[in-house]
Amino acid sequence: MKSAVVQLPGLNRDRDMIAALTKICGHAPVTVWQTETELPDVDLIVIPGGFSYGDYLRCGAIAARMPVMQAIKAKAEAGVKVLGVCNGFQILLEAGLLPGALMRNASLKFVCREIRLEVVNAETAFTRAYEKGQIIRCPVAHHDGNYFADAETLAAIEGNGQVVFRYAEGTNPNGSINDIAGVINASGNVLGLMPHPENLIEAAHGGTDGRGLFASALDVIAA
Amino acid sequence: MIKARVTVTLKNGVLDPQGKAIEGALGSLGFDGVGQVRQGKVFDLELETADRAKAEADLKAMCEKLLANTVIENYTIALA
Repeated sequence: MKSAVVQLPGLNRDRDMIAALTKICGHAPVTVWQTETELPDVDLIVIPGGFSYGDYLRCGAIAARMPVMQAIKAKAEAGVKVLGVCNGFQILLEAGLLPGALMRNASLKFVCREIRLEVVNAETAFTRAYEKGQIIRCPVAHHDGNYFADAETLAAIEGNGQVVFRYAEGTNPNGSINDIAGVINASGNVLGLMPHPENLIEAAHGGTDGRGLFASALDVIAA
Repeated sequence: MIKARVTVTLKNGVLDPQGKAIEGALGSLGFDGVGQVRQGKVFDLELETADRAKAEADLKAMCEKLLANTVIENYTIALA
């Protein structure tokens, strides 16, 4: 499967993401700059983490209005898989591709540590390699990961199985409502999450718990 | 030219940890009797038009498209 990684000024996890995708599917993703309006023909588009536009205005707000996002929106509508990690998740929310918003951590502190994630929905194109209820390790590093949605939206996403990852009991690092760590769109092809699975994919990282997400999305699940 | 001020605030019911921290700091400075504090953003804009109706319509579009995240924020527009 072919993949693409989006690059915007201020994103700094793009190299980690490129390395992860390359290691898992054996070839490098193409990179896409923010001004591009024609995207290559790929199966998965990834918006990595970082601090696009210095987090000015709101995290991801400026990036979400760049030309490349219109192209990504069109691809998403056509069924291409889109993954946003950390700032990438914030950008997808600001662009209206996912429901809800991410706010300043309830502690007001930047959190950089390992948490545990519960795989709430293992039937998505991004989580098939996991089992429902499985608890995986994953690092987080963010200042604005406090997920919020109004009561109506929350009921809808909980009811539709759109909450894909939750912080496992006692590890919610940011005050997210319902411990939500990752959300998918109603059509099941756009996923955003705050934790960094790309940083836990090989022995040298100290674990491979993040591998399943990319193996699922890139369709390289070992038989 | 028309000068305008846009004020963006968090919607009721949306947790405001920064407002809470400010509230705590005011208390520790000895300002007793400060109730809830909610913080927000102010944008001062200069618009090159004399048409107030157009200015207002444009500002509303700016708020909806960029200045506010209407999932969590409200906005008000005031023309000078």
